[in-house]
Amino acid sequence: MNSLTKTAVACAVSLAAMNAFAETQITVATVNNGHMIEMQKLTPEFEKAYPDIKVKWVTLEEGVLRQNVTQDIANGSGLYDVMTIGMYEAPIWGERGWLEPIDTSGSYDVNDILPSIRGGLSYDGTMYASPFYGESSMVMYRKDLAKKAGVTISDRDSWEHIRDAAAAMNDPENGVYGICLRGKAGWGDNMAFLSAMANSFGARWFDMDWKPQLESDEWKNAVNFYVDMLSKYGPPGASGNSFNENLALFNEGKCGMWIDATIAASFVTDPKQSKVADQVGFAQSPYAVTEKGANWLWSWALGIPAATQKADAAQKFVRWATSKDYIKLVGAKNGWGAVPTGTRQSTYENPKFQKAAVFADAELKAIKSANPNDSTLKPSPYVGVQFAAIPEFQAIGTTTGQMVSGALAGSLTVDQALKSANRSADRQMRQAGYY
Amino acid sequence: MTLTQQRKLKTILVGIASWTIALLLFFPIFWMFITSFKTELQAISVPPQLFFEPTLENFTIVQERSDYLKHAWNSVVTSFGATILALIIAIPSAYAMAFFPGKRTKDILLWMLSTKMLPAVGVLVPIYILSRDYGLLDTQLGLVIIFTLMNLPIIVWMLFSYFKDLPKEILEAARMDGASPWGEMTKVVLPLSVGGIASTGLLSIVLCWNEAFWSLNLTASEAAPLTAMIASYSSPEGLFWAKLSAASTLACAPIVVFGWFCQKQLVQGLTFGAVK
Repeated sequence: MNSLTKTAVACAVSLAAMNAFAETQITVATVNNGHMIEMQKLTPEFEKAYPDIKVKWVTLEEGVLRQNVTQDIANGSGLYDVMTIGMYEAPIWGERGWLEPIDTSGSYDVNDILPSIRGGLSYDGTMYASPFYGESSMVMYRKDLAKKAGVTISDRDSWEHIRDAAAAMNDPENGVYGICLRGKAGWGDNMAFLSAMANSFGARWFDMDWKPQLESDEWKNAVNFYVDMLSKYGPPGASGNSFNENLALFNEGKCGMWIDATIAASFVTDPKQSKVADQVGFAQSPYAVTEKGANWLWSWALGIPAATQKADAAQKFVRWATSKDYIKLVGAKNGWGAVPTGTRQSTYENPKFQKAAVFADAELKAIKSANPNDSTLKPSPYVGVQFAAIPEFQAIGTTTGQMVSGALAGSLTVDQALKSANRSADRQMRQAGYY
Repeated sequence: MTLTQQRKLKTILVGIASWTIALLLFFPIFWMFITSFKTELQAISVPPQLFFEPTLENFTIVQERSDYLKHAWNSVVTSFGATILALIIAIPSAYAMAFFPGKRTKDILLWMLSTKMLPAVGVLVPIYILSRDYGLLDTQLGLVIIFTLMNLPIIVWMLFSYFKDLPKEILEAARMDGASPWGEMTKVVLPLSVGGIASTGLLSIVLCWNEAFWSLNLTASEAAPLTAMIASYSSPEGLFWAKLSAASTLACAPIVVFGWFCQKQLVQGLTFGAVK
């Protein structure tokens, strides 16, 4: 064998060896939530199980993440191989073919995923994103303040009762406000809360012909009730508050009640974050004329863009991060109070979790009672509890949120706000060709 | 009141006003700095706490979660790279416009400045698609090109102002001695404008360092600078002010130190022409 042949053989062997150990690198885009950060920290466990895959993380602010992943997906850039998306995007993007269907075969145990969450992340029976954690909304209240004010909060109260309880607990002179609710404008901010509240007043976003219904009596009743209650018994500047602002107020002991995402339960009961951790009680979201759609349903989920060149590796990662084994891993490493909740029935059946999470029953009940396919008293053509899963909704919801926030701040009346919002929604639906 | 007393009083009043404005401008940075040493609960407490037991926990978390050095390196490469590239383009342009003006030179200068009035988001989609097609997404080179184009109008304007102020007689003398336009620029104009070029460059570096819009939209994991790192600490569901402050403090630190050393040139550049 001459030296040239030897060199060629050596090169071929080296190349083959390199290929055998070739690494696939996947990029995961996510938001800065406690559970997501925990997943980031546990990545070495995944890389240990799949030595040929390396994971890179990109953590973004929620609005930026939405914008970036939409750009990435719509332009087929392939910057991200796994992306964190919500229950709003999954069915819309699934329908457009922007996402790979999730591989639910084998040991993944897709039937363990809570049916409402699974349904919300699917389009036409195919799951397009796998839930990492899920949430509904519920009442969190101060047991000590309720006792002091002589009011009781039962498992599911009417809005009138909640308003009366807020009035009784309201003590602004001592820095305690009866109720804290979202007021900051945005389809995912005040309108997430208000849509669920309006559902319980019998309202709906659109009728069966996709005509906006924001000027209906049901919407007027709901928004008037909300503005009146929050103006009288809410904290000052409520029109600027959303989840984090209310979390800060509640943890500081300044709210008698707070109705928001169930994920907040783990924060308000954490003594490291909350001054009132041992005084918090939980109840289901209030109702007015119906319990239907009274509490929202949301999930942060992992989806795989169709433009990715590394779909196999991405599927492996998504299956690992949303599996029962991952939840067990978090439980073993960080304690069962820190596991991502709201996704799997097995989590709630685990005695260790039941012991660690005092809010487990209330959270499961809220999630199970929310049905995105049937969330309004009168029939509606859309999927979603606190949103309508159509591309036009982001703009419609945000415009409506701005109007309602204006009504809360006192710059316009509720009727004016809803009239403007309805006119704007009507124009957008007409332009989009719904009628 | 005598004239001397009046002057003294004026000096004192101007001093008080200057200090008040300086403290007002400095306060957000000071607050960010002390918040970075608080716990999340202390960071949100009402009334705000000025005295507390400081913790380095937030810095540890930032260091654990984000590759600070990689983000900082990306910031350094893109800021300095874009500034050098912009100066290479802007110096000959400004020189030509200052010393060989044509009929439309003023119009061109105004047109260049008018591009700064276009909201960046207006050209996001075409630039994103071009970056994708040329493989520039999430690359340092992509950001260098964007930052260069972004700052070019300001740099040309600043250099044009410096060059315009140079005495024409010196250039005429150089011409009499047989200097070519290239020789005039390299041997006469540049040595006389080192201060102006330095302050322009410094301003460009600061602008690039602070840029967030394009950094967030055109990068992901490889070329993301410090501004993208800061944004990652905002959370939709959870308290984050202390960690965000720690990330911001770390992101500001290098450019503050750099600015401190170069403040003479920076102030000269920013106030240039202010008294004319």
